[in-house]
Amino acid sequence: MTRFTGRKPCSQSPATPRAKSRREVLLLAAGSSAAAIVGMQRASAAPEQVAAETKKLFGDKKLLDGKIKLELPTIAENGLVVPLSFEVDSPMSDTDYVKAVHLYAEGNPNPLVASFMFTPLSPKAAASIRIRLAGTQNVVAFAEMSGGDVYTTRKEVKVTIGGCGG
Amino acid sequence: MADTPKPTPRIRMAATAKAGDVIEVKTLISHEMESGQRKDASGQPVPRKIIKQFTASFNGREIMKAEWGSAISANPYQSFFVRVPETGTFEFSWLDDDGSIYKAEQKVTVS
Repeated sequence: MTRFTGRKPCSQSPATPRAKSRREVLLLAAGSSAAAIVGMQRASAAPEQVAAETKKLFGDKKLLDGKIKLELPTIAENGLVVPLSFEVDSPMSDTDYVKAVHLYAEGNPNPLVASFMFTPLSPKAAASIRIRLAGTQNVVAFAEMSGGDVYTTRKEVKVTIGGCGG
Repeated sequence: MADTPKPTPRIRMAATAKAGDVIEVKTLISHEMESGQRKDASGQPVPRKIIKQFTASFNGREIMKAEWGSAISANPYQSFFVRVPETGTFEFSWLDDDGSIYKAEQKVTVS
């Protein structure tokens, strides 16, 4: 998990040597629990935020199930680098293709992870990326088809070490 | 962060293909993707600096575009699929928050 280096988690605790005094241990514990509370407060508003943002995109359109295959690990050890891949079932022809795929992480401070805009020149509405997750949460995908239909799916990821403030 | 090295894009894809083939493109670019959520040692928030957009095109025609948020990991990796209609050049570009554009190209020959 250390392939991509040069980046520390958001709560900046500098690498401390092994031996710690009792006081240091207590201080560290107090600090990290405070960080956890801050992290929770920041993350709590997100599912509604996602709903508000998708409402802006799709209005009151009915969201359909299926078509999207969203792959994420069930348990992510490191929230800084979580592999994500998706594929939307579509012929990708000139008249029937996937216009856009939007990915949201409900528990992140900024829920929008990425938006992909496809064209009929793309042979598959599929991609793989690596994302940061602040903690255990749902990742939600929306696929906008050229015909106007919107499909959605979600997947829960348990994160052991948060990618931000967890 | 004035001393961060210039981001270098890397592309991995087949250089030859049959006409109409669907091939996978793997891209990687070195970039810190500073999320804007972190605080520095003095408690000041570190300003956001991420790559916000990725574009792939073939002979000048856009194939796909991705808009990235701050939840994209450092050193962004992305793989996706393209079709090779004829011999030509695939162009990839990454747009940074500061306006810089990083580019990469790959010529694919139809055999």
